[in-house]
Amino acid sequence: MYEYDRYDQAMVDARVEDFRDQTRRRIAGELTEDQFKPLRLKNGLYLQLHAYMLRVAIPYGTFNSRQMRKLADIARKYDRGYGHFTTRQNIQYNWIKLEEAPDLLAELATVEMHAIQTSGESIRNISADQYAGAAADEICDPRPWAELLRQATTFHPEFSYLPRKFKIAVISSKEDRAALRWHDCALRIVRNEAGEEGFEVYAGGGMGRTPFIAYKIRDFLPSGQIFSYLQAILRVWNMHARRDNIHKQRMKILVHDLGEEEFRRQVEEQFEHFLTLGTDFPQAEYDRIAAFFAPPPFETGLSDDIDLSDPDFALWVDRQVIAHKAPGYAIANISLKPVGGIPGDISAEQMERVADLAERYSFDEIRATHAQNLVLPHVRKADLYAVWQALDAAGLADANLDLVTDIIACPGLDYCSLANARSIPIAQKIAQRFADAERQRDIGELKIKISGCINACGHHHAGQIGILGVDRKGTENYQLLLGGSGAEDTSQAKITGPGFDEEGIVDAVERTIERYRELRTDGERFLDTYRRVGMDPFKEAIYG
Amino acid sequence: MAEAALRFRNDDPVEEPAVTLDAFIEQTSASAVRIEAGDDPRRLIPHLGRVKLVEVGFPRFRDGRGFSTARVLREAGYDGEIRAEGDILVDLIFFMRRCGFDSFAPQAPLGRADVDAALSRYDYVYQHAADGAVPIWKLRHG
Repeated sequence: MYEYDRYDQAMVDARVEDFRDQTRRRIAGELTEDQFKPLRLKNGLYLQLHAYMLRVAIPYGTFNSRQMRKLADIARKYDRGYGHFTTRQNIQYNWIKLEEAPDLLAELATVEMHAIQTSGESIRNISADQYAGAAADEICDPRPWAELLRQATTFHPEFSYLPRKFKIAVISSKEDRAALRWHDCALRIVRNEAGEEGFEVYAGGGMGRTPFIAYKIRDFLPSGQIFSYLQAILRVWNMHARRDNIHKQRMKILVHDLGEEEFRRQVEEQFEHFLTLGTDFPQAEYDRIAAFFAPPPFETGLSDDIDLSDPDFALWVDRQVIAHKAPGYAIANISLKPVGGIPGDISAEQMERVADLAERYSFDEIRATHAQNLVLPHVRKADLYAVWQALDAAGLADANLDLVTDIIACPGLDYCSLANARSIPIAQKIAQRFADAERQRDIGELKIKISGCINACGHHHAGQIGILGVDRKGTENYQLLLGGSGAEDTSQAKITGPGFDEEGIVDAVERTIERYRELRTDGERFLDTYRRVGMDPFKEAIYG
Repeated sequence: MAEAALRFRNDDPVEEPAVTLDAFIEQTSASAVRIEAGDDPRRLIPHLGRVKLVEVGFPRFRDGRGFSTARVLREAGYDGEIRAEGDILVDLIFFMRRCGFDSFAPQAPLGRADVDAALSRYDYVYQHAADGAVPIWKLRHG
């Protein structure tokens, strides 16, 4: 994986001192909270209901054991012994003291980590396929491009005070594991007929209160021109976008208002201009970065056999283990969704166990997923049993990837100052309702996503079953949505009808699932059944 | 027109009042123009030959449209004064300098020591902008 050189280190160290000075000025009263807010947000520091929350960047979801151990140290020293993995492959700490934040950032910098642009109206941490470099179906590893763009977009002077946040994702396979088209700018690496590598570019996606699925604006962009193209998109948006209504400032609104064609025309016009400026990074810099992502030294001649005589292990392998591009290796998913737990939460001790496993069995690599789980990307099949035993001992061996209990949930009203309703208890109640492992397997793939307000951090628009918490005359009310997808068959979930209270929503989810079981054909996923039969049979089951 | 409290140019300040973009395009004798957030700076490009001062308004410091305005003008070859006027915090100055602003008329005064600290904090930059700073990739590859 990528390693900082003295320049990267100098940038991160300078940001720590920058933030230390901003914090000092705030505490001394030289900055008002109004002035400090956008500054701290650009460094991932939110003021939540009970304390400050700090979001630490995990660029494209890749990190190593040394970094994970530091995250564990920080959880103990600055938080309450926990961390929370997010839907942007980052990690959040919920109990941070403002005056300690600069020291925390200084500690992160010692392991080549930071919180730069993890929040605020800036170009956010770039997300990528969590199986990058390991997936059997990828064209190439997308992470060198993600790292190149990380550098290109860090402290970009023109685009550091954007109308709103701007999210980029990069993948290089047909299967979409990164919710690609829900991003402001989505890049899929493809090859053209001449065999050259380039990007398929999508723009204008996003969730929030006005969801849009990104439009394809380019079939093929030569990869070396990506920074010019990205700057063209950003300039069109930055110059046009209104600043008078925060709810209408995301780029998706501009793309929608201008229309796909006109937006594309303006981007292409700016792109031609940017090409003349010579701002693109040269091939030599791509090559330098790509060298860090060279495949690890996989052993050859390994067997693909796995001894599945332990039935619990066999169930875990069946659910959590994915095909790897190298013979004899596998991708092992680690669930952070134990029944009754908080989706994405992990204790400092568990972080250290995962770090140990990564170091010993996965070429020192860990991945965070947008579904709030972890991955050991390069495990020898012969080592899977040992990995599973260690995970089991650490309480990390749940076998529920993409099943009904593998729920994405935002922090909700338990932590978040924007939320209208709690998300975590709903996720816990649904998971408890469907705790039986046999029942989960019988239901099959079913992605539930829960947001505690219309900002949609819990991706409810992309949920096969989505739940949106709202405030209805002072009480929490939950709307049910069906039919969303964050995969390559991207779709937006639709609302079923009137909302429910806390108990009612769990019952409604169960009635939805039971109706699916009645309607499905052999091997048909929930989403496919819904698409085949439509909303009505489900409404009938839900509302009677 | 706001007087520049901070100026990074050696020539004499322009004394002429800045007029709106529409007025500037009409009044062929004008040489100072004010561009508001929301104005399209590309309208000025055909008239750059007679521009001596561009004042760019920042109604709220979070409104970053003016950053693009300055860059568009620099990229069009304009080398006269570009002044940022309005709600300007010391934390913006570094990015503004990189985008091509070379004078500042902030509503609330900025401490010179704070400005110097902000401008010297980052030794390197990752990308090209309007200030001629050499990006890190170029330092890496010579």
